[in-house]
Amino acid sequence: MTGSVEIESVLVHFLLLLGLPPLLLGVIQKTKAWCGGRTGAPLLQPYYDLLRLFRKEMVLSTTTSWVFRAAPVVGVVSIALAGALTPFGAAQAPLRFGGDLVLFAYLFALARFFLTAAALDTGSSFEGMGAAREVTFACLAEPALFLAFVVLIRLSGSLSLTPMLQAPIVHDFHGLPTASLWLVAVGLFVVLLAENSRVPVDDPNTHLELTMIHEVMVLDHSGPDLAFVVYGAALKLWIFGALLVGLVVPMRTGNPLANAAIFFAGMLAVSVAVGIVESSMARLRLVRVPKLLVGAISLAVVALVLVLV
Amino acid sequence: MALDVLSELVAAACIGASGVPALLLRRGSPAGQRAACALVLLGSLAGAIGLAIHVSATEPASLFARAWALPIGRFAVGMDGLTALFLLPILGIAALGSIYGLGYWRAAEHPSAARVELCWGLINAAMIGVVLARDALLFLVAWEAMALAAFFLICAEEDRVEVRRAGWVYLVATHAGTLCLIGCFALLRLASGSFELWPSLARELPAGIAAGAFVLGVVGFGMKAGIVPLHVWLPGAHANAPSHVSALLSGVLLKTGVYGIVRVCALLPHPPLWWGGTLLALGGLSAVLGIAFAVAQQELKRVLAYSSIENVGIVILGLGLACGGRALGRSDWVVLGLAGALLHVLNHALFKPLLFLAAGSVLHATATRELSRLGGLARSMPRTFGLFCVGAVAICGLPPLNGFVSEFAIYLGLFRTAALGAGASWVWAALAAPVLAMTGALALGAFVKLGGVAFAGSPRSPAAEGAHDPGLCMLGPMGLLAAACLVLGVQPGLAEGWLWRAVVAWEPGLSGSASRLSELAPLASISQASLLLLVASVAGGALAVRRSARAPRRATWDCGYASPSPRMQYTAASFSELLASLFDWALWPRTVGPRLRGLFPAATRFETRVPDTILDRGVLPLLSWLDRGLSRARALQRGPVQVYLLYVLGALIGALALGR
Repeated sequence: MTGSVEIESVLVHFLLLLGLPPLLLGVIQKTKAWCGGRTGAPLLQPYYDLLRLFRKEMVLSTTTSWVFRAAPVVGVVSIALAGALTPFGAAQAPLRFGGDLVLFAYLFALARFFLTAAALDTGSSFEGMGAAREVTFACLAEPALFLAFVVLIRLSGSLSLTPMLQAPIVHDFHGLPTASLWLVAVGLFVVLLAENSRVPVDDPNTHLELTMIHEVMVLDHSGPDLAFVVYGAALKLWIFGALLVGLVVPMRTGNPLANAAIFFAGMLAVSVAVGIVESSMARLRLVRVPKLLVGAISLAVVALVLVLV
Repeated sequence: MALDVLSELVAAACIGASGVPALLLRRGSPAGQRAACALVLLGSLAGAIGLAIHVSATEPASLFARAWALPIGRFAVGMDGLTALFLLPILGIAALGSIYGLGYWRAAEHPSAARVELCWGLINAAMIGVVLARDALLFLVAWEAMALAAFFLICAEEDRVEVRRAGWVYLVATHAGTLCLIGCFALLRLASGSFELWPSLARELPAGIAAGAFVLGVVGFGMKAGIVPLHVWLPGAHANAPSHVSALLSGVLLKTGVYGIVRVCALLPHPPLWWGGTLLALGGLSAVLGIAFAVAQQELKRVLAYSSIENVGIVILGLGLACGGRALGRSDWVVLGLAGALLHVLNHALFKPLLFLAAGSVLHATATRELSRLGGLARSMPRTFGLFCVGAVAICGLPPLNGFVSEFAIYLGLFRTAALGAGASWVWAALAAPVLAMTGALALGAFVKLGGVAFAGSPRSPAAEGAHDPGLCMLGPMGLLAAACLVLGVQPGLAEGWLWRAVVAWEPGLSGSASRLSELAPLASISQASLLLLVASVAGGALAVRRSARAPRRATWDCGYASPSPRMQYTAASFSELLASLFDWALWPRTVGPRLRGLFPAATRFETRVPDTILDRGVLPLLSWLDRGLSRARALQRGPVQVYLLYVLGALIGALALGR
């Protein structure tokens, strides 16, 4: 009996993970359109875009090797596996074991390895630039993420994402660790913006090579390959969003439907927040991005100090 | 009868003598090289049999001791879990490197081949001796033989000036290290009353003696292991030796230093907490600075050399955690920290030789190690590129390969301290986790750069254009190493028995209990996830490659520019500029930049290099300053033998007077 429940919940988890992420992109676009006083594209536009890209023909550069073609798929596979480690709200993740958060972070690194290698594979200096920036900013985003993990591990006493995010203490926003939790949440939001190449770290709407990180890195991908890249980016946004929502939004009503509703509302709120950040501020100058990320690290360090007290 | 030890001695004898036939044959004849290779393989086989006997025996440790004619000490060799674990890479890389050398360092093309064969045998035999030795004097003899053989191997191409410079720096550094070791063993003799290794100083010791032995041991062995700031000899030596020798130096020789530090940490049953803290800090520093220097390098083999410093740093970090656990009586930290560190020793002995051998193939095919002259090799050397990719993914610690498993164990240990530690000690460990994360991200940058600039894109020079894959005797050893990386990544449980025996040898308090490694580290879950990832990404990637095989091919989309040229590609220096700028405070890049004046400035050049901060800005200036300051002391060195005899007499009388 429990086995079938388990299978059902795993199925639901993967349906959500694989089906809903493009919607977040739609919500962000819609938010930005509203803030700009426009009607904007329909919420489902990212799905249409993906479908169209999947049907398009692909053009390859003559300089590329197998890495270029394998990278988008390997990226989606590893990000999806990271999604299998992430709990969505009050539901458990299908894959969980002590220390799965290390695998979580390193799966994103694997996707980054292949995407940046593919960028260099084209021999274009624009894409090289994007790849260099991607790996550089990751060097500061990763320590911020791990510091946040250390604080959460200390608070929850657990080394696995599911029990860690669902531990009572982590949702205890009135107790002693409140301040550190908020600091960690803000730090994680900055990491989310950086890892997903959103404003103020990167601008997903332009292809100007001097300002770009992620978009310029995938300039040469076309057709289905580009669809995989875009889809992978959406998955990543969904997973980081789920991490943040799991941390900030308490889901302890006991009713699975109510919990699910709260989770979806939280995800919606995260994407609206990303949209608002994107509408209300400009992209930072490239030399300032490390300062933002060091700021996220400092927040996590302060959170750690508060836990000590 | 200690059969396992005896077969290891046979292995050492066989490998040690492997270079002799080549000396008797005509210079440049391939027969000598083949005979050497066969002898090394035979020796490795004997060693493997010894290991098999050791593993199947019920006794955890064995000893073979005889008195010998030397004035002090005795001939004592033994095996235990730690020795067995460190023997694995020695025997493996000796055999694979020897096969690779048949194609890479052909006797017909390299006049130094006979010498390289001889020293290859000697260094491997000496390393076997180092890990077997149970007597300080024997240990030092083996250690010195290893150091000297390494010197001659590094200087194989002595006609190049940078090779000679690297060789001399190495020779000075290794002897400075040996000096510290002599001091360390003298202190141990003072404390334990014998030259027996490795004593466990159970009785109450003056804290000073134990601390002195620890510091001298860490400095002496750390010099060999390449811990920052003692790494000064390492980059030059690894970059300038023949590639299979670099693979041996990096994959195995450094590990003898790690072996020594592991042993020194086990001297006291309850070491003070600062031992662990020191190692944790040194490890973190070596890991981050090592890989930061690697990012900034512009030579294929120098990047790999600096990345060895990083990997040794990760090992030392894990060891520091284990040492701290031993001080506080936390067996879970000991198991995770030490098993992670030792697994990383094994892993690094797989993927680093793989990468050095791949670099050797590139060097062989293009005759250049400058990244700015390479490029486009992915299409002209597809097999080498594929094997290089395996090594690069593994060394970045990415799943599903073996590098991930060892880093995972160390992370797990650090996180356990964060979750369950009390007092202030856990903060240290907690701060080490983000340091390790940063190291991983930097390593990714370094290896994406290396692969991306050397193999991807289009060729930057005619030499790179005409490259081709090497023959089977060079590809074969690389293929075996890559396969081992894959197997250990997907089935880390295979190493569990070896690791557990080593952990018990280090901390006898854990013996009797069954292996707790799989209980503490969810190796089975890792194995499942890795397998899933491997199958899905290989299948998906292969499908994607096949599906796009007939896609139309055009020039790279350069934002509308129609005829991109190889010179327009991003270079190694430009790729690492932003990343290295995060570490300006440690790297101190040296730039020769133009000052542009006026509306039409004349043609000029821009150059940037990253010298080794410690060696080129610290040690060498200090030594030349000392050299100038001490020039007056040269008056003592006059030349006539009589004067020197007088000195000897004076020293003798002085020693007798003091010793009375």
